[in-house]
Amino acid sequence: MEGNINLVGYGLSAIGGAIGVGLVFAAYINGVARQPEAQRVLQPIAFLGLALTEALAILGLVFAFVL
Amino acid sequence: MHLPAIIPWGAPEGFGKQMLLILLSVLLISWFFVAAARRGQMVPGKLQFLGEMSYNFVRNSVGKDIIGERDFRPYVPLLFALFFFILVNNFYGSIPLIQLPTTSHVGTAYALAGIVYVTWIVLGLKKHGIGYFKLAVVPSGVPKAILPLVVVIEIISTFLVRPVTHSLRLFATMLAGHLIIMLAAAGSEFLLTQDQWLLKPLGLLTLAGGVGMYLFEVLIQVLQAYVFTLLTAIYIQGSLAEEH
Repeated sequence: MEGNINLVGYGLSAIGGAIGVGLVFAAYINGVARQPEAQRVLQPIAFLGLALTEALAILGLVFAFVL
Repeated sequence: MHLPAIIPWGAPEGFGKQMLLILLSVLLISWFFVAAARRGQMVPGKLQFLGEMSYNFVRNSVGKDIIGERDFRPYVPLLFALFFFILVNNFYGSIPLIQLPTTSHVGTAYALAGIVYVTWIVLGLKKHGIGYFKLAVVPSGVPKAILPLVVVIEIISTFLVRPVTHSLRLFATMLAGHLIIMLAAAGSEFLLTQDQWLLKPLGLLTLAGGVGMYLFEVLIQVLQAYVFTLLTAIYIQGSLAEEH
């Protein structure tokens, strides 16, 4: 088999981002379930959290291709 | 990445399928909204209702909620244009026969994120003068001892990493979706054409999974357009805000 071990590394590092995104949305769902009227306030915060967490996974993707 | 030429003669260098699709998307969006807004009536018809609903979505749930009631108005056109441009260009990935999201080429994403990058820096400089850079990189309420470290991290994360992740998020998700569908289709073809009969049901399974991913892609496409616009609004709000 041929290939690059970088991609395995990227797969491993993506676990971190995946857990982070899961935590963000778990908190968001919890918050909305407890107080449905807070959804409008929580939604942008949840997506900002998603963006910040996902940035790590994206950086990992970049490094997987660059290095 | 090399852009395959679709017009074999007379086309300028680099004019590929993506360029044609971008031009088409501009035409489509302007046609739709001009048609929706042309005959404004008190009781909206179907087309007018759809146009107003999509406009209201960007205006209220992205612009007004994030940037704030007081000064969101000048930025609605930018957010609106960005959202629908990205939405249509992402949807190309799920339209049969086209099946190429324009944003899966990294140049599109760089251009869009570059526009946003310049926009929020210029807005911050306009609002706060040259002191904007201090405002952007020195967070308030941090002890003096660790300030040098924090400032370096802030400079990197705000001015270097932010535009890169902003563009690559869109590009990477679209490319990944495109690749997954292609992989599923190629895998099904390979498995279905094998001589060994045991492999054929597996081919059907990958085909079903590919169709599932195809539908899942639509969700991701809408979500990515939303996230891109939302982040644009957040960046603009951040450069207009008084405090970090």
